[in-house]
Amino acid sequence: MNKIVLESRSICKSFHDPITIQVLNEINFSINRGEFVSVIGKSGCGKSTLLYILSTMDTDYEGDLLIDGESMVRKKEIALAKVRNEKIGFVFQFHYLLNEFSVLKNVMLPGLKLGKYSAKEVEYRAMEKLKLLGIEKEALKLPNQLSGGQKQRVAIARALINDPLIIMGDEPTGNLDKKNSQIVFDVFKELAIECNQTLLIVTHDGEFAQKSDRIIEMEDGRIIRQ
Amino acid sequence: MNRRLIINIAKALMFARWKQTLVAAIGVVFSITMFVTLLSFMNGLNDLLDSLILNRTPHIRLYNEIKPTKNQPINKDIAFKKGHNFIQSVKPNGGRLEIYNNASILKTLQNDSRVLGVAPKIAAQVFYNVGAIDLTGVINGIDVNAENKLFNFSEYVVTGNYIDIKNIPNSIILGKAAAEKMLAEIGDVIQVTTAKGDRMQLKVVGYFQSGLQDIDKVQSYCSISTTQKLLGKTNNYITDLNIKLYHIENAPEIAKEYSKIFNVDAVDIQTANSQFETGNHIRGLISYAVGITLLIVAGFGIYNILNMMIFEKMDSIAILKATGFSGKEVKYVFIVIALSIGIFGGLFGIIFGFSLSYLIDNLPFNTAAIPTITTFPINYDPKFYLIGTSFSIITTYFAGYFPAKKASKVDPVIIIRGK
Repeated sequence: MNKIVLESRSICKSFHDPITIQVLNEINFSINRGEFVSVIGKSGCGKSTLLYILSTMDTDYEGDLLIDGESMVRKKEIALAKVRNEKIGFVFQFHYLLNEFSVLKNVMLPGLKLGKYSAKEVEYRAMEKLKLLGIEKEALKLPNQLSGGQKQRVAIARALINDPLIIMGDEPTGNLDKKNSQIVFDVFKELAIECNQTLLIVTHDGEFAQKSDRIIEMEDGRIIRQ
Repeated sequence: MNRRLIINIAKALMFARWKQTLVAAIGVVFSITMFVTLLSFMNGLNDLLDSLILNRTPHIRLYNEIKPTKNQPINKDIAFKKGHNFIQSVKPNGGRLEIYNNASILKTLQNDSRVLGVAPKIAAQVFYNVGAIDLTGVINGIDVNAENKLFNFSEYVVTGNYIDIKNIPNSIILGKAAAEKMLAEIGDVIQVTTAKGDRMQLKVVGYFQSGLQDIDKVQSYCSISTTQKLLGKTNNYITDLNIKLYHIENAPEIAKEYSKIFNVDAVDIQTANSQFETGNHIRGLISYAVGITLLIVAGFGIYNILNMMIFEKMDSIAILKATGFSGKEVKYVFIVIALSIGIFGGLFGIIFGFSLSYLIDNLPFNTAAIPTITTFPINYDPKFYLIGTSFSIITTYFAGYFPAKKASKVDPVIIIRGK
């Protein structure tokens, strides 16, 4: 079960505007299947930047990134979009649900895009995910009719729809109160234990991190502890 | 590529901002409506002006021109054949205007499969005698039935019955303007003098109005036999043969052929009336330019609205890209939006364009110059509708393409981190 899902090989990144600043320096680590990893560090230490590189959305870096044993360097935009669709689920600080669509449709969108299942099956699967997160009653509401905690759970359901290899989170509890943070954390924990879901969560909530399996701590663009 | 999904997303985005979408679509509807109406009306007018002249003009006219012979006698003399002969002050001989052997020419023409019909005619220069004053004029001796069939003669006879000039001996249909000058009422008898000095009394049985004042001032119509009598000629005297063809575009070629075969002068309609072609062409060009300008303005409207929509929907675009939609697919979403505005706008545009044209077609339009017209002219050529729709689709496509391209280049990282 110790299969490596994601591997970062000496990833470096610099911003060149207005002056060259190295934000990431020789980042080396790997994540195994089923691990619940949190990345912590102070503001500006480069943890978000790292996450966006790992998520394939940022392609401007040096070094190598392997997802599921495949190198992401030199892949075309369309191929990367496919990787994101198929293998990565995202949860952001802000929920980013589309207000034009119902909750159910929001969850279904990445599944419809993947096109692996028929629309009916995707709908069934989306309902399953919503049930898993305890919000199946809100399925036909529009996102702006939900509370903050509920929206974040919808976002998690959306991240889960294609059974991704890894779920990445960028401060997923950053906008939530303590109670809702706890709910979201419990959801993650449950996913990790029961579904053997790999999770990589960037956070500066120390309490949240303490409860995860493994902590990667960053400072000034380097990993200082993992 | 999941086409249905992309169309669904486009639909959702459009209906979320349905007021903006509607405004963009109304812009397209308006411009297509005006484009179709403008072209229909403009071409209707063109056709009207054409018919004013072209319907009354033979496609080919056969006649004998008064001119000196090309082959002067001295050139035929063997003694002078080798040299170059300079002859000064050459004059035409007393030349005969009539077409020789016209009966057999007429027969040949009538059997030609390319010819719709032939109307023989005699043109006679006359003076209308009004008291002490002589007005110049032209009397056309016509075969009334052939003239009516080929050149709609009856439509231009505004008072009286056109057939009367055939049935009543020594009768005349006067040009309306000429009749007004002479104060000649129907039933009056007027006197004309030919160029050779012969006089004749003719009974007025009708007025003729072509719509062109200059023509109506001089031209009058008699039957062929009356005109022959007036000129003191025999009953085989014919000066013109007016030919109408099935296909007008063949006229120059056939004119040349007849000129050679029958040894007469022949002029085709294209040569005789080339200025009309030019006028039509320019009018068409202007209306297309105006119509296309309208469409381009509508295109800018769509461009603006889509740009705004993309700005507002930056988050949605970012999340679509983060969850695996490629830039290309995001681009298609916005192109679908633009194209649906174009297609629906174009569709309603041609419907409204047709309605507006129909309305104009039924507006009364009476002018003394053109007695046959009672409403504004409209040309319902499906070509305009086709051009309108295709152009609306092309314009909206380009109006959508650039904003869509911008949307496809949205970097999700910047937007997601920017929150």
